[in-house]
Amino acid sequence: MNIAVIQFPGSNGDQDTFHLFASGLGLPTRYVWHKDATLGGADLVALPGGFAHGDYLRCGAIARFSPIMAAIRAHAANGGLVYGICNGFQILCEAGLLPGALIRNACLEFRCVMCDLSVEPSTAAFSPAALGPSIRLPISHGEGNYRIDDAGLSRLEANRQVLLRYARNPNGSIGSIAGIRNERGNVFGMMPHPDRAFERFHASRDGLAVARAVLASRFPELEKRTA
Amino acid sequence: MPTMPAAPLPPNPDPVLNQPITPELVKKHGVLPEEYAAIVEALGRPPTLTELGIFSVMWSEHCSYKNTRPLLKGFPTEKLGPTADFGRVLVKAGEENAGIIDVGEGWAIAFKIESHNHPSAVEPFEGAATGVGGIIRDIFTMGARPVLLTNSLRFGELSSPVTRRLFRGVVAGIAHYGNCVGVPTVGGDVYFDRSYEGNPLVNALCLGTLRHDQIRRGAATGTGNPVYYVGAATGRDGLGGAAFASKELSEESQADRPAVQKGDPFMEKLLIEACLEMMAVPGLVVGIQDMGAAGLTCSTCETASRGGTGIEIELDRVPQRETGMNSYEIMLSESQERMLVIVQKGREREIEAVFAKWDLHAALVGSVTDTGRMVVRQHGITVADIPAPALTDQAPVYQRDAREPAYLAVTRAWTPAGLPDLDAAGLRDALPRLLAHPTIASKRWVYRQYDHIVQHGTAVEPGSDAAVVRLRLGDREKFIAIANDCNGRYCYLNPHRGALIAMVECLRNVVCSGATPLAMTDNLNFGNPYKPEAFFALKECVRGLAEACRFFDVPVVGGNVSLYNESREGAIDPTPTVAIVGLIEDERHITRQFARAAGDRLILLGGAPCELGGSQFLGLFHGLKTGDAPAVDMPAEKRLQDFLLAQIKAGAIAAAHDLSEGGLLVAAAEMLFGAAPLGADIDLSALAAPRLDALLFGESQGRVIVAVPPARAAAALADAASRGVPAADIGAVAAGGTLSLRTGVAEAAWPVAELRRAWETAIEEAMKRPGLD
Repeated sequence: MNIAVIQFPGSNGDQDTFHLFASGLGLPTRYVWHKDATLGGADLVALPGGFAHGDYLRCGAIARFSPIMAAIRAHAANGGLVYGICNGFQILCEAGLLPGALIRNACLEFRCVMCDLSVEPSTAAFSPAALGPSIRLPISHGEGNYRIDDAGLSRLEANRQVLLRYARNPNGSIGSIAGIRNERGNVFGMMPHPDRAFERFHASRDGLAVARAVLASRFPELEKRTA
Repeated sequence: MPTMPAAPLPPNPDPVLNQPITPELVKKHGVLPEEYAAIVEALGRPPTLTELGIFSVMWSEHCSYKNTRPLLKGFPTEKLGPTADFGRVLVKAGEENAGIIDVGEGWAIAFKIESHNHPSAVEPFEGAATGVGGIIRDIFTMGARPVLLTNSLRFGELSSPVTRRLFRGVVAGIAHYGNCVGVPTVGGDVYFDRSYEGNPLVNALCLGTLRHDQIRRGAATGTGNPVYYVGAATGRDGLGGAAFASKELSEESQADRPAVQKGDPFMEKLLIEACLEMMAVPGLVVGIQDMGAAGLTCSTCETASRGGTGIEIELDRVPQRETGMNSYEIMLSESQERMLVIVQKGREREIEAVFAKWDLHAALVGSVTDTGRMVVRQHGITVADIPAPALTDQAPVYQRDAREPAYLAVTRAWTPAGLPDLDAAGLRDALPRLLAHPTIASKRWVYRQYDHIVQHGTAVEPGSDAAVVRLRLGDREKFIAIANDCNGRYCYLNPHRGALIAMVECLRNVVCSGATPLAMTDNLNFGNPYKPEAFFALKECVRGLAEACRFFDVPVVGGNVSLYNESREGAIDPTPTVAIVGLIEDERHITRQFARAAGDRLILLGGAPCELGGSQFLGLFHGLKTGDAPAVDMPAEKRLQDFLLAQIKAGAIAAAHDLSEGGLLVAAAEMLFGAAPLGADIDLSALAAPRLDALLFGESQGRVIVAVPPARAAAALADAASRGVPAADIGAVAAGGTLSLRTGVAEAAWPVAELRRAWETAIEEAMKRPGLD
């Protein structure tokens, strides 16, 4: 098992995501610079939070042109795991690896708060049965208002691609959606931060179970081992 | 090094730059006639316009501390007593951009607070944002990775639409910058008082970590070493900002908008990473300094002066984002996100490669010389040639006149004798109203806009007495507690005592979180020093801070002075903001202010002296800002803090909360606003109290309420008695959601949910009304 955490120049959650996997789950984890062309044989590619290229225009809009994105697309096309957190989720949507888009919070302000989230029945590993009916994770974003057209929303719901919903919608997201996966089940994205909910002193440690659930979508043996 | 008198400069073909220096021009630069004479003497000839501009910013209060330097000398800058495994001062205040303190294991922290008051008054969003950017640069310039931010804010009353506009803009600006750059804003303090109407205070603090061997200096050494300019291009923004910050705000201040800079946090993020990467290369960087106040001017003459060298720069090589900028504009620009780096000669390629990786400019603009002079050239002509020390060490120093303001005799003599005491109905109403006062109310509206959890090290989030953040020191972990504080109302009523209170209360906050205090940084926000009453307040406050620093052996690692904080209403309340950092070596000692379990005993430490002077209660219920500030007993305070820390380390303290604005009952209520839905039964009938209002809402110092598991209570009380710390069991945490109170003369009860709603939503509700644009 080998985790690659992508570093864009304005990534600021890169250490958080690195330590979620490295310290929290004890997995071999390394950084990959956005100008690199290859991932170097990663099992899971994580795109961390931050402001990849300043994101003054539209979050993630420039990042999808970073050289590493071609390798990430190829990795996803081969069925490899890709996981975007916060800005990483925004980038995956901009890159077309996940459906929909994220726009300015309905309150027009940045929000950094703890959220109760309902776990949706999505995959065997990502389900209320596996994770419990609800978890708590913090959000920390100004543009986490998830948008998708009606047809797209119907497809998401019909395919059970919604992973998490906010119990109290903090940003105006349609259907209170906080996280989704692609249809195939190997690309994941969410606005809440499991990478800031895993240390002993954190208000919630549910981030560990969420990270395991993402990994277990591809590596069911991990779920058994670390359960 | 001796410096030669300056050669006459050639005439400049640009008629603007070549204009003769008239007394009007000198006055316009805020330079006094006697200061101008000193400039002519230092140069041995009249200055050019560019040189006059350079002197005016370097000799402004903001850069030179000319009115405060003699006072600041009273601060202890080193530990007076022996240091344990940590706490030694590695870089002292005033030596560099920020002081540095040892935290053990070969690691250290750098931290400092700085003001951006005037820019924020004129342009709140950009003013506050660039304040954050500036203080972050001061920290990574030292070689440290920034790991946390806090801020200290003061505004007028929230009922004013102007205040709401400023408040909204300042908070959004801090959020915009801090969130993007990826440094968590973990704490701070916000006060609302009429005296800040139109002149808000925005003080921002940054703390970073580094290994001892990573400490960098802002000195230009090594003749012939190349001087690099890195970061954003220079524009006309922020022209003369340091001089702008050194005068009073007025109707015309809006016309000073060009003196407010625009921030680019993404550029700052790139600079942090590129500079830390560059500094990690052994021997590559000789010296480094950010271009903050007075921009290119300050960074060049200060590095040369510190290095005992000279520096020559060629302005045609400075990256510029506007065309046709003259030397005056380039030298005085305060465009943000720029750094000056002195590199080891022959290793230019290495620094250029680092900056290319981050897609940043690294322009070679000059070199270090052995002349002791700062020489600036543009278009092949020398436009400035100044002995570097004349701009820095030899800047003028003034001893201003101080006179006690007349009002102090009146306020000091005040007693509450003429005021009716609280009755039962008044008591029922008073608690929720005090909790809803914006100064006391939850600052959730503020901190939910700040990313306070990035870097995943925040152990105690905003809302408790002090923020606590984990430091990764190699493979070890330690925790830093940080609090900032200053009640300007106390300083208005008694400047010396108000400053003592700022210190002891800030220390108490840090100790309540389980930390051993390490060091402090201060931000002195005062009025016009030429007014003897304002200077009196400044002098008395500095005396108070210095006295408390010595008593508690807490060295000052640096800080900032912001004078001329006046608007139409007059001077602000004297506000010597204090920030104190403490160290927690064991995660189990982290303590929060929130009660955790029903049945825990509530113990009041420090007694109930029942002082009403300067309280929020007097302001809110009687419209009074009067009386003397509460008394300070430093030996008693020390005993209390030592006791508390010992009990925390012994594992006897479930929660600890300092008594501050709003007094005893407000503090007790605030302990119930944590995650667990709890109440409390409080019985104060054993406490002697001449007045109910003073007992419940007086703001006497040196007090803490602790929650102690019942099995530990007797031992804790006995230990307090043996150490001479007044301690009284005043009740217990209760399972129901009710706060019930009994005193010798009254009884009352409140649903905690109702109190919490009043406290939690007060600012949000106030901010729903549109601000004035």
